[in-house]
Amino acid sequence: MAYSDKVIDHYSNPKNVGTLDKASKSVGTGLVGAPECGDVMRLQIEVDDATGIIKDAKFKTFGCGSAIASSSLATEWLKGKTVDQAVTIDNMDIVEELNLPPVKIHCSVLAEDAIKAAINDYRVKNGLEQLVFEEKGVH
Amino acid sequence: MLKLPVYLDNNATTPMDPRVLETMIPYFMENFGNAASRNHPFGWAAEEAVDYAREQVAQLIGADPKEIIFTSGATEGDNLAIKGVYEMYASKGNHIITVTTEHKAVLDTCKHIEKTGGEVTYLQVKEDGLIDIKELEAAIKPTTILISIMYANNEVGVIQPIKEIAALAKKNGVLFFSDATQAVGKIPVDVIKDGIDLMTFTGHKMYGPKGIGALYVRRKNPRVKVTAQMDGGGHERGMRSGTLNVPGIAGFGKACELCRLEMDKDAAHTSVLRDKLENALCQIEESYVNGNKEHRLPHVANISFKHVEGEGLLMGFNKNIALSSGSACTSASLEPSYVLKALGLGDDLAHSSLRFGLSRFTTEEQIDYTIEQITNTVLKLRDMSPLWEMYKEGIDLNSIEWAHH
Repeated sequence: MAYSDKVIDHYSNPKNVGTLDKASKSVGTGLVGAPECGDVMRLQIEVDDATGIIKDAKFKTFGCGSAIASSSLATEWLKGKTVDQAVTIDNMDIVEELNLPPVKIHCSVLAEDAIKAAINDYRVKNGLEQLVFEEKGVH
Repeated sequence: MLKLPVYLDNNATTPMDPRVLETMIPYFMENFGNAASRNHPFGWAAEEAVDYAREQVAQLIGADPKEIIFTSGATEGDNLAIKGVYEMYASKGNHIITVTTEHKAVLDTCKHIEKTGGEVTYLQVKEDGLIDIKELEAAIKPTTILISIMYANNEVGVIQPIKEIAALAKKNGVLFFSDATQAVGKIPVDVIKDGIDLMTFTGHKMYGPKGIGALYVRRKNPRVKVTAQMDGGGHERGMRSGTLNVPGIAGFGKACELCRLEMDKDAAHTSVLRDKLENALCQIEESYVNGNKEHRLPHVANISFKHVEGEGLLMGFNKNIALSSGSACTSASLEPSYVLKALGLGDDLAHSSLRFGLSRFTTEEQIDYTIEQITNTVLKLRDMSPLWEMYKEGIDLNSIEWAHH
């Protein structure tokens, strides 16, 4: 299968690969996917407690090039956004930006799930209620 | 200077040997005749070429030329052998035994037979990919008419205990068919010594052209017959109608002759390079060779790199190295290789495998380049893999509740 240039670029030069201190109260971690499905994404955000702005984001992904690119792009988009803004990132935005083919849409869904899981982890750590999201069900 | 891309997917198909092409060329324009035209020199020339090639093909596998039925390839051979025996021997029984790691051309043919009222037993394999001969023995019933077991596997290269299977089949009066697509031309295959009753193989896996293959059908002890699956002019002793593909057959014959004469040299060449590749890649932490290493084709290796995903791994170098992944992740089903799963590999390892198939044209320079590229990509992807990080932290990945899709 031919990958889009943007997928190739993220795969070759992934942005924000790494690990944040998951024990820290200002860090939210989302781990989604499963090894047997061939995709596991871990996405982390570090939130400035005073402003609610995501000041850092890191990822590690086990998966195909599209999964790596989706998570790399997600971290780029997350940085500088407030948590409330981050919630609105939609998987179809990722599909469009990376020109993902239909068989790879699940990669973008996984990235969206990872963002939401990271946000909820951050919220729970800070005594807030978990947000309830609609199931995308395109996995 | 290394020419890119490097081709290491020879289990899918091999390049043609230039000597094969040379043999074929006269049969496109000069000697274009129909081998069944008995009344003029064009037909005679074509028939002579077919007869000569039939001898070359037969000689490679220790058969009589009359026992060679030309087909379009291994898939047709699988269909003709299994469906043909099932129909021809319907009065004797309706039970077929095969193995879960067979090629789809065998498995899907067996599924078809089940739909038409036949009964099929699918044997499991052991962790090394080989069948348990006792399980085979236990599966034989009075209604069993055919055992269909491949000579060597296309994904991991393991060679089944063919002589033992054949002896068991003979003892029980059951026919033995072997899909020998990956084995013929690469290792010594002799239908008499091996005790095979029917066997399929194809030109394009052994430096010959695509679209031409053969089904060996035994004529003595016992005399085997298959019901034709295509009706027509009654070519190939009535078992396979259709005008013969003369240039293809001439090329296939030449390819068989070259494999017979150069098999030892080819096997020595590919096994040295394969071992170099395998040993180097096994230097990478948590990498595993899949399948039995002793009973294996000389040119094949299948290696899993834990905690990296096969498709992601291929993307690191597939512009420059042609390889296949055991993971069929590009399909919507996201299912990893059924062959590796049958060997008992967990999904993590089955998703992380690469299949290497070397050829007589593979060079040491290509192998050195491949080692370097794959090692770099595995290390890079592991730096990016959350599973690798967890593994390094000593976390048992099985203890995590994954969100299954």
